[in-house]
Amino acid sequence: MQSTAAVSVSASATASRGGARSEAARRPGGVRVCGLRGEALACPSLRISQSPARLAVARAAATNGAVAGSGGGFDYDLVIIGAGVGGHGAALHAVEEGLKTAIIEGDVVGGTCVNRGCVPSKALLAVSGRMRELHDEHHMKSMGLQVSSPGYDRQGVADHANNLALKIRSNLTNSMKALGVDILTGVGTIVGKQKVRYGKAGSQDKEITARNIIIATGSVPFVPKGIEIDGKTVFTSDHALKLESVPDWIAIVGSGYIGLEFSDVYTALGSEVTFIEALDQLMPGFDPEIAKLAQRVLINPRKIDYHTGVFASKITPAKDGKPVLIELIDAKTKEHKETLEVDAALIATGRAPFTKGLGLENINVVTQRGFVPVDERMRVMDADGNVVPNLYCIGDANGKLMLAHAASAQGISVVEQISGKDHILNHLSIPAACFTHPEISMVGLTEPQAREKADKEGFEVNVVKTSFKANTKALAENEGDGIAKLIYRPDTGEILGVHILGLHAADLIHEASNAIALGTRVQDIKYAVHAHPTLSEVLDELFKAAKVNSGVSHSVNEPVAA
Amino acid sequence: MATAPAPLSLSASTLPARLRAGAVPAGARWRQARRGRMVVRAKIREIFMPALSSTMTEGKIVSWSAGEGDRVSKGDAVVVVESDKADMDVETFHDGIVAAVLVQAGESAPVGAPIALLAESEEEVPLALAKAQELSNGQPQQAPPAPTEDAAAAPPPPPPAPATPPAPVSAGTKGIASPHAKKLAKQHRVDLAKVTGTGPYGRITPADIEAAARIQPKSKPAPAAAAPPPVAAPSVGAVPQAAVLPPVPGATVVPFTTMQAAVSKNMVESLAVPAFRVGYPIVTDKLDELYEKVKPKGVTMTVLLAKAAAMALAQHPVVNASCRDGKSFTYNSNINIAVAVAIDGGLITPVLQDADKLDIYLLSQNWKDLVKKARAKQLQPNEYSSGTFTLSNLGMFGVDRFDAILPPGQGAIMAVGASKPTVVADKDGFFSVKNKMLVNVTADHRIVYGADLAAFLQTFAKIVEDPESLTL
Repeated sequence: MQSTAAVSVSASATASRGGARSEAARRPGGVRVCGLRGEALACPSLRISQSPARLAVARAAATNGAVAGSGGGFDYDLVIIGAGVGGHGAALHAVEEGLKTAIIEGDVVGGTCVNRGCVPSKALLAVSGRMRELHDEHHMKSMGLQVSSPGYDRQGVADHANNLALKIRSNLTNSMKALGVDILTGVGTIVGKQKVRYGKAGSQDKEITARNIIIATGSVPFVPKGIEIDGKTVFTSDHALKLESVPDWIAIVGSGYIGLEFSDVYTALGSEVTFIEALDQLMPGFDPEIAKLAQRVLINPRKIDYHTGVFASKITPAKDGKPVLIELIDAKTKEHKETLEVDAALIATGRAPFTKGLGLENINVVTQRGFVPVDERMRVMDADGNVVPNLYCIGDANGKLMLAHAASAQGISVVEQISGKDHILNHLSIPAACFTHPEISMVGLTEPQAREKADKEGFEVNVVKTSFKANTKALAENEGDGIAKLIYRPDTGEILGVHILGLHAADLIHEASNAIALGTRVQDIKYAVHAHPTLSEVLDELFKAAKVNSGVSHSVNEPVAA
Repeated sequence: MATAPAPLSLSASTLPARLRAGAVPAGARWRQARRGRMVVRAKIREIFMPALSSTMTEGKIVSWSAGEGDRVSKGDAVVVVESDKADMDVETFHDGIVAAVLVQAGESAPVGAPIALLAESEEEVPLALAKAQELSNGQPQQAPPAPTEDAAAAPPPPPPAPATPPAPVSAGTKGIASPHAKKLAKQHRVDLAKVTGTGPYGRITPADIEAAARIQPKSKPAPAAAAPPPVAAPSVGAVPQAAVLPPVPGATVVPFTTMQAAVSKNMVESLAVPAFRVGYPIVTDKLDELYEKVKPKGVTMTVLLAKAAAMALAQHPVVNASCRDGKSFTYNSNINIAVAVAIDGGLITPVLQDADKLDIYLLSQNWKDLVKKARAKQLQPNEYSSGTFTLSNLGMFGVDRFDAILPPGQGAIMAVGASKPTVVADKDGFFSVKNKMLVNVTADHRIVYGADLAAFLQTFAKIVEDPESLTL
């Protein structure tokens, strides 16, 4: 009885995922950096959801042959190319599923996230958050605190970021070694069906065979043409995270997650910032209302100005006694508008897939703008639109959702499939966060996306909001800036999206993302109890504020184990 | 329930039902109340602090969506106001130009108080600005402090040379201003075109704007390397203050200015120094004669006394020394005489450097410059903090003797009383009437002993009583 109910629920969830996939594909445009994915990976018991479709399971099991052991003459059950967070997540889960696994890495374990992305940037942001607090005299005074002129040591801050990256990298390496994943050093190239060659670039001398291959090669910072990178005055996030200098005035090209986070760091350390955004509005990837509030909280009161609707057509590094020169052209008319003179420029215009040299031509796969084409199960598609058997691509390299934790979730999904359990990841349940002060987080659709979908499919959309100003814990912290916003269907109570800007928003989003992943409805979750006084009550209030026209479906008040 | 940013309309005469879902009905009440009081003078409209909830008595401006000089049209959100529950966008109901922002972002105003002025056309902007001035003078407690008031309360170290006239255009100004400089310029109504950039590549920096607006920069986040200024760092928490007394009912409490705080700190610190005092009577007839002679050349009594002290110090270097660590003598290579000067609301000690080496005419010239700078609050730190010996003269008030407190970092301070006709008996017993003044020196007994001070005073008296050497 109970199992039947479960089947019908997840079947309907799967159906709605299909419809929503196009939305997910649309979103990544503005979402180009990984959120933090820490050592939680070391706990590999995560399973997102299981489809009960027995037929699919049987089919998958048939194509993959034996599940355990490296039978059938293959060196490995699974070879993963790229030891970033996606590859790591897949490897750990593969070991748990009893697969003999190897991971090939040509650079350092941990990939972008750990070495040049989320992890070191969080270290810098931790510093910037404290600097901000200490410098906010008004804030301090209102809490009765006295602090005299706080300062910082640039090298000390840089070391903190570097040390954190080193620590997380060694944790990742050790967790794989401890579980018996073979870490193979070199650049991996697919030379044929289920066959990979690896070694030093140009002289790859070792060849292995694998029943299944996952491409997880990630991405590199995207630098538009006309921009000359010197790594000192014109640079990407790769250089900026080393914090070799704190310029007086830095232009940040692109106002997405990366740009916004760096503006938080640089302004806290005393720089002035100029944003250059090609679209007409700052923070184009965010829900417009959140973007508006973010501008009010994170941009306007700080030493930041901005140019929107312009391209940086040419950026010349500082040399011969001249500052960094940035030529701006109108994004639409392409007419020259202005030349900026600044001390440094950070290029945060997104990330480009790193898929060159993978040997995709050997198996008739053509990349699209560098991205490896995949289906909803992360199976690689060849030039004719057919699935390439036993080959998967996860993470930034497929471009579905360029976030570290999305890559890991995709990896786990793939391992589930090759272990004989069909699995499709619901990308709309993957949260994203921007670690400014205060933080921004979101899951699911933005309000315009939800309304567009509602128009197309003929349902109604409701929006409710709560404020951090009404939250006791936020007020105790003197951090009342921020809102939470819920977009839902009043007819069914389905949660379509949740957006939060406020203190610890990145930690708060998971109640909403879990609800979406598990298909929990507003009318059910509103009865869940939240500790008082906590920030989580912001979401509690949000769920309680929503009006749903259908009754409780399956309530949390039924004991699961009692 | 907190309904976050919902547009709330703000206006006076016309009143279409413009509230969107979520806005607080109290806003509508407020608007009706405002309507009767709306002042329309030369088409200048006041924008008031709206009441966003029934309990709201005061609102904080979160941000101005429109800045001064911005043209706004009916329905535009011009300001974001924070109530006790949420932030609200407030719209204008008139087309016009935001002429003057009366309450800056981050400041609060009571419900109903004008927060900005809206001019109907360009021509009315100056009128509106005049009115803004009027309003801010009328109620200075809620308007942002005018730049001039700021300057008056400025602590001793003023911004370096803010008075530079607008430099010729050839000075390399390309009008490039940093983001913060632009924001400050807007806030303080500084025309960027008239500011000469002193930053890298001739860029206009926030400091340039502050100088142009004659405001004291806020104590900014000092970069790691920046050492704190040697003197006048009034960090309240660091000084062991006397226990705070209970407040007196009905009394007015005026917080110290930075300068007063610095004085307070120095005075309290002096308690840690074991000081003693030695007095000496000096006949000044000849000095007075000399003064009458050199007065037309611009020499003041202060300079004469400073010169005399410097010459005496040259012979008694220990009185010019200081005790910095409680363990040693620090002999100063220069003799710099600090002279206490009362200025409005405080006290400052401009320093006559190398007073023993320069002649009285040059010293007088320097002194004039120093006093001028002191009045304008433009003394550089080395011009008020480099003294090795201090002279304090209250003779002009008729004070016959007093006792000075030793400033930190100096070995001795001389207090000079008025010179008065006195009956004196000479060593032969003949009486005569001579001008006599009493000087009293306070010294640090860790380094200056009684005999040292007495010998110094004897030398000083000899110089004053036979002042020909002063003119050499």
